[in-house]
Amino acid sequence: MSEISAEQVAHLANLARIALTDEEIGHLTTELAQIMHAVEKVSEVATPDVPPTSHPIPMQNVYRDDVVGASVLSVDEALAGAPERDGNRFVVSAILGEEQ
Amino acid sequence: MSDDLIRLSAADLGAKLAAGEVSSVEATRAHLDRIAAVDGAVHAFLHVAGEHALETAAAVDAKRAAGDKLGPLAGVPIAVKDVLVTKGMPSTSGSRILEGWIPPYDATPVTKVREAGLVPLGKTNMDEFAMGSSTEHSAYGPTHNPWDLERIPGGSGGGSAASVAAFEAPLALGSDTGGSIRQPAHVTGTVGVKPTYGAVSRYGSIALASSLDQIGPVTRTVLDAALLHDVIAGHDPLDSTSIPESWPSMAEAVRRADVSGLRIGVIKELDGEGFQAGVRQRFHESLDLLAKQGAEIVEVSAPHFEYSIAAYYLILPAEASSNLAKFDSVRFGLRVTPDGGGTVEQVMAATREAGFGPEVKRRIILGTYALSAGYYDAYYGSAQKVRTLVQRDFDAAFEQVDVLASPTAPTTAFKFGEKLADPLSMYLNDIATIPANLAGVPGISVPAGLAPEDGLPVGIQFLAPAREDARLYNVGGVLEQLLEAEWGGPLLASAPDLSTHELTATEEGAL
Repeated sequence: MSEISAEQVAHLANLARIALTDEEIGHLTTELAQIMHAVEKVSEVATPDVPPTSHPIPMQNVYRDDVVGASVLSVDEALAGAPERDGNRFVVSAILGEEQ
Repeated sequence: MSDDLIRLSAADLGAKLAAGEVSSVEATRAHLDRIAAVDGAVHAFLHVAGEHALETAAAVDAKRAAGDKLGPLAGVPIAVKDVLVTKGMPSTSGSRILEGWIPPYDATPVTKVREAGLVPLGKTNMDEFAMGSSTEHSAYGPTHNPWDLERIPGGSGGGSAASVAAFEAPLALGSDTGGSIRQPAHVTGTVGVKPTYGAVSRYGSIALASSLDQIGPVTRTVLDAALLHDVIAGHDPLDSTSIPESWPSMAEAVRRADVSGLRIGVIKELDGEGFQAGVRQRFHESLDLLAKQGAEIVEVSAPHFEYSIAAYYLILPAEASSNLAKFDSVRFGLRVTPDGGGTVEQVMAATREAGFGPEVKRRIILGTYALSAGYYDAYYGSAQKVRTLVQRDFDAAFEQVDVLASPTAPTTAFKFGEKLADPLSMYLNDIATIPANLAGVPGISVPAGLAPEDGLPVGIQFLAPAREDARLYNVGGVLEQLLEAEWGGPLLASAPDLSTHELTATEEGAL
């Protein structure tokens, strides 16, 4: 299962939006294969009769009334950490490239 | 005088403050002076609050002078792990991608300590986004273990543990996803508690793995941990996973500590191969002391614990890769634009390449892989099944015993660089602490002595069923009394003197 190629790592990096260098892709290809080989151990005991657990403390859905709460940020607070803003909005780089 | 102040427990300092023998400004200044004197060598802090801390302290003193009713820790300084967001103090989670970010709100545990009159001294160093066991993955350089500056202070919360071990703060807040409170306590001779999952709000804690993360106390004594636990625990509507029920007083559990008739289970799988001789020796000596006080020691088996690390290193990266998607160069933090500009996707990718360190990239890629179509069932799905099996092991064990015991970690503090090149050997450090996170149960690490072979601190871990955190304070409180009677004082009294080191790096606003 743990056959991992550099092309796969490059694809994962693209999915995760990290512009890895070729050198990083090389290291990660080796390390990822080693780590996956180690963690594949879970399949030894994860038999079909065992139900999965996603959350350690069982809980029902948690609802609240749909009203404005006390801890609401002002527009300025919400934008305070933005790398770039225009009035009351975040500025985002171009969505489409030239060839799109 | 000021050296005496920094060596007091938080409980004793709180009592002196209440009695008017010392002011919070004096106590805070004494700790800031200590930070100035030793943090150049220890590097526990990423940010020191300086004048702001003195202002907060003065406000608490004014409240006391006005006759306000204050809690037992009012006026006591506290260090805050940089994973918790803090209004007015930078919060980086140890990452370049958040360098200089000042959050517009406080995490709930920070709100609670402020309301209880504690005085935040600053933010402590950690592995980037809490990924690590040594602080070597901090983007701002490692923290040094006060027992031996060439060695790791544990991680991810090495900064918090080192700050209390070096007497820079009497208390600190930590976060524990796979041992990040307990393992640093083990290697620094301090006390660390991971409460039951959901006992302390995660609101404002920069998420690593949401189903595993828990905030908890980092202190020098069991009573101090209990007092801080009582301040930070409780239901928070801002965290949907917060447990709604109320909690008994942990401080009362320490004050009434009694182990006669307590059944302690030794986890067979965590008491043998792979554990350093001196770690096991101190562990068994501690158990013998408890047995003499009337505790019943029995061996229990947890056959699926050996699969915990494998499950953890699938679940954690999967959740982390999702949680860290928020660092997108748009709303906060770093933005790196490629030469000649680029689309938002290219800007995101360049930002994340520059802003994340190697361990974070490794785990994001690992998590992205584990969640990929075609692999999901084999990896993430199987890991969730192991989680069920680990919970069943705990359930079966707690039918026989009241608490479980193990060494907190396999070895004493290792040297910088020793495990950095081999991620898998670094991951093995967490073998004893991870099962508690997978099952959501609470755990404590209490100093058990120094390993004879290297003179470095060793911790003993106790685990209790979910919601039974008070049992940890009971057994931890008794053991601490027994050991300190043998040692003739606290373990940290035998730590090296750091007073010759001067501050170089950490000043207010330095980051």
